[in-house]
Amino acid sequence: MCGICGCSNPSNTGKFSAIDGAKVSLLTTHNHGHEQHSHADNQRLIQVEQDLLSKNDAYAAENRAYFKANKIFALNLVSSPGAGKTTLLVETIKVLKDQFPIAVIEGDQQTEHDADRIRATGVPALQINTGRACHLDAHGIGHAMQTLGVKANSFLAIENVGNLVCPSSFDLGEAHKVVVLSVTEGDDKPLKYPDMFYAADVMIINKIDLLPYVDFDVERCIAFARRVNPTIQILQLSATKGDNFSAWTDWLIENMS
Amino acid sequence: MHELSLLENVRSILEDHARDQNFQRVEEVTLAIGALSCVETEALAFAFEAVMKGSLAENAQLNFKHIEAQGHCLGCGQLTVMEMLYDACEHCGHPHVDVVTGLEMKITELKVS
Ligand SMILES: Nc1nc2c(ncn2[C@@H]2O[C@H](COP(=O)(O)OP(=O)(O)OP(=O)(O)O)[C@@H](O)[C@H]2O)c(=O)[nH]1
Ligand SMILES: [Mg+2]
Ligand SMILES: [Zn+2]
Ligand SMILES: [Zn+2]
Repeated sequence: MCGICGCSNPSNTGKFSAIDGAKVSLLTTHNHGHEQHSHADNQRLIQVEQDLLSKNDAYAAENRAYFKANKIFALNLVSSPGAGKTTLLVETIKVLKDQFPIAVIEGDQQTEHDADRIRATGVPALQINTGRACHLDAHGIGHAMQTLGVKANSFLAIENVGNLVCPSSFDLGEAHKVVVLSVTEGDDKPLKYPDMFYAADVMIINKIDLLPYVDFDVERCIAFARRVNPTIQILQLSATKGDNFSAWTDWLIENMS
Repeated sequence: MHELSLLENVRSILEDHARDQNFQRVEEVTLAIGALSCVETEALAFAFEAVMKGSLAENAQLNFKHIEAQGHCLGCGQLTVMEMLYDACEHCGHPHVDVVTGLEMKITELKVS
């Protein structure tokens, strides 16, 4: 899987500088003795044109090719902390686990809690603790897939770290980003965090069972989301109470095939 | 703080180039950052020194080039300047504008020795 870095470290994600150890030592043995010279005289300018996300994007492309070859439908679930991603996944698994294989990669800064909740449903889950990083990256996902042994013709759910900012930039190779917004967070979230709603293909408005108790204008929220992203698909449901939950599972089944 | 991950990527790109183009030190790094990109130049500048420490770009100078954001209006078809992802067209007021430039975050130039 890791054709680009060729590393054997099962989880580089979250370690601050693990990636380049090998390359650094290569450089220091190169041109031995040359370091003592003064280099001020041979300065030159180099034009580069390389995206800051290019490394991540290369890993993401590798993951995407793997998903395609093995007919794995991968979703990247993003939200603020506590919007209901894990609950949504647990309920989704209960409905669909007899129809096709499901696996889950869980991203959190700390703890194994969410992966434990998934495993309780009988589906394999791998927890990635990102430590100081606030998002999953494509390299970590490549290794996680290897460890999990994701089956062909399956659904792979990737629950990202609860954070509406950073995960928007990091392509994991998924088919779609799905952003979960719960009604307790305020209807103007799409305008406050436009990058994420711009990057997502689907928005799930969750916890609609709580609408009677909160000031959340669904129509306003939808209008804001469409202002940022005119083509975003929108589903409204309650993951705990089950209201309109089949709209989501129907969407999943339809988009898998 | 995804700025840290981005800078680790920068360091790794520098190391690749050092090998391919045969240089030992990076004196200056120039990044082009679009107005709509989701990165803070201040946060990048803040973390740059720490991430480059011990690498071939230790103590290198970091420069920024800002790229103005422009979009293609889905209403009137003209180019319009954008400050936010959801800005309406400055010509006709249409709410939907496709971003053309301004999402960039890239390395454009290195001064090396
Ligand atoms: N009332 C109500 N509560 C919900 C619903 N969905 C989730 N919750 C509750 O919201 C809380 C957070 O849910 P989680 O599923 O852990 O949220 P999460 O997005 O996975 O959280 P992080 O992984 O920490 O970002 C839990 O107490 C859930 O029971 C819902 O539809 N309605
Ligand atoms: Mg969770
Ligand atoms: Zn690797
Ligand atoms: Zn216009």
